[in-house]
Amino acid sequence: MTGRHASLMVTCLGDLFFPEVGVSIVRLLGKLGVTVDVPADQTCCGLPLFNSGYHAEAAAVARRTVSLFKDSEHVVVPSGSCAWMVKHEYPGLLANGALARESAQLAARAHEFSQFLVRVLGVTEFTSAVSGRVTYHDSCHLLRGLHESQSPRTLLGKLKGAELVPLTGADECCGFGGSFAVRLPEVSSQILAKKVANIEATGADCLVACDAGCLMQMGGGLTRKKSRVRALHLAELLDGDR
Amino acid sequence: MSDGELATPFRQRAGGAMKDTFLQEALTIATTKFIGLRREAFAGFPEGEALRDQARAIKEATLQDLDRHLETLIANVERLGGHVHYAATPAEARSIVVDIARRTGARMAVKSKSMATEEIHLNEALEAAGVTPVETDLGEYIIQLAHERPSHIIAPAIHKTKGQVAELFSRELKRPAEPDPEALTRIARGELREKFLQADLGITGANFAVADTGTIVLVTNEGNGRMVTSLPRVHVAVMGVEKVVPSLTDLMVFLAILAKSATGQKLSVYTSLVQGPRREGELEGPEEFHLVLLDGGRVAQIGGPLREALSCLRCGACLNVCPVYRQIGGHAYGYTYPGPIGILLTAMMEGTPAVKDLAHASSLCGACADACPVRIDIPRMLIDLRREVDERKIAPWTERVAFKLLARLLQHPRLYRVAVRAGRLLQRPFAGSGRISRLPLFFGEWTRTRDLPPVASRTFQERWASDKDLRA
Repeated sequence: MTGRHASLMVTCLGDLFFPEVGVSIVRLLGKLGVTVDVPADQTCCGLPLFNSGYHAEAAAVARRTVSLFKDSEHVVVPSGSCAWMVKHEYPGLLANGALARESAQLAARAHEFSQFLVRVLGVTEFTSAVSGRVTYHDSCHLLRGLHESQSPRTLLGKLKGAELVPLTGADECCGFGGSFAVRLPEVSSQILAKKVANIEATGADCLVACDAGCLMQMGGGLTRKKSRVRALHLAELLDGDR
Repeated sequence: MSDGELATPFRQRAGGAMKDTFLQEALTIATTKFIGLRREAFAGFPEGEALRDQARAIKEATLQDLDRHLETLIANVERLGGHVHYAATPAEARSIVVDIARRTGARMAVKSKSMATEEIHLNEALEAAGVTPVETDLGEYIIQLAHERPSHIIAPAIHKTKGQVAELFSRELKRPAEPDPEALTRIARGELREKFLQADLGITGANFAVADTGTIVLVTNEGNGRMVTSLPRVHVAVMGVEKVVPSLTDLMVFLAILAKSATGQKLSVYTSLVQGPRREGELEGPEEFHLVLLDGGRVAQIGGPLREALSCLRCGACLNVCPVYRQIGGHAYGYTYPGPIGILLTAMMEGTPAVKDLAHASSLCGACADACPVRIDIPRMLIDLRREVDERKIAPWTERVAFKLLARLLQHPRLYRVAVRAGRLLQRPFAGSGRISRLPLFFGEWTRTRDLPPVASRTFQERWASDKDLRA
């Protein structure tokens, strides 16, 4: 494993609201012998602009991001939706510009966090930071965009000190959807309420997801209900063996 | 939905639907059932995935050469003794059907389930012309009695519970009705039998029209479609131009996936193939057969941004899996076609300004594209519609300014850092407990039902810049 190198794309939500996720990733990768760098002056991948239809603006943000990471060997992204943006939307957005080749290269080198562990590094055994039962929610972009449902489950299934229990409707949206959550807050909240009910019915102590957006939504719903279930990013849970 | 109802903003229409406890119960039961049945149907059919690709390829190839396939269809329908009409607009389609009714002296029309005739608002036009339309699909019959519109593409009365239907039957048919599906169906059948025998005109849609053979294909479960096409003197089928498929071999591909996607059945109970009017020596069938080909905004999209939506089979699978549809049902969308595909079809038929809010009625979760038998990339087209709404300045200026500011901030890390510091200052009165539970103004849209994590006292990038042990 030695000699591997990865750059962390911390993402806007990760930087602002969940800095401990980035810290866990840096620590985990360090223990695996991966040297990590964090290119300075990161902001956001531009997905919020893209999804709301502001494509010229999203392309401008994408150009910045591509420039920041153009020399990276691997780019690790803690959110499925941001990874999908970089991998699936950047090449199209920047197809006709100066950075067309670089964006296609970045798309190939960018990996969602769980995929990087399982599919690139081939490591699957970790010790849980939280003991008890955990359940997993499939984030939409990771599941249907990147077609990944197994890597996080493999990691959670083998996790020492935690038991993975299935979540009814795990593949159904949590109702976040970026600006959707505030454009149609009543609809978003009702979708969330059903998700929270399913989460609580599992009897799990901890809900795990691989997307900061979903964690903001489901975590916000759980604490508002004073639920005993904690919402955690996968990296935080894997970071047990300190 | 009337213009008056559409005057209520979409968000409020959706809110109203979520307060309707009957609707909520009916929606949860029905969509959950459909999702499970569809999943099972495809789980036991490994060939399904390849057939979905094949079906899409047939649709694409047919659209590529739509003129030629329509010409073949027209020639074959006419060869069989049928008449073909072309309607550029819903109004033209209405007057074609009304003229046929007048000329043939029709007083009553029995109809099988057809979204195309809903799209052109045919029933109102028939009533105005003194022809009584009678819906014979059970779901359509229910909503006609209730003076409503379909709330689902294949299950028009999905928004009603059996209790509500029993009440409706008792009131409208003036006879006691128990909330038992079998008993209710028996009552409807009794009522409808007579109508089939009285009607002069039978009106249907078409799931497909086979160009090579001039065959109209109706996929149903109740058999009423067969009665409508065989008992009355005159049969009129109304269909969108994109429903043509080249051959019976192509048809097989679609039939293999349509019912599985729609109801989770391997095949529907009835697949009716109708070829022109009754011929010499035949015992049943109408004396006259008319096919009305409807453009209604479709042809312009063959080379347009909504082209993919022309592959839609109207199976309704995308509605069942859509988290938004599952909360608000079909009526809140406000137009003939609800759900994710309905937003695209509404844009096609009514223009982009009509969907300025609906284009955002999606979390872009992608469940629709996943469920679509012909893999229409609905989220992609919703994003493109949002883009058009922004670029044509149909979106409110406040929103456009906010997104342009956001774009500026995300391109300039110094501005981003200023915003982080500003956020920390501004959140101070609200972030005492470590969770933000209440925010003013627009931000309250989030915090009314959810907590928000505060901007971290040190962002990840700030920690990375200063914590030496992190970089070790």
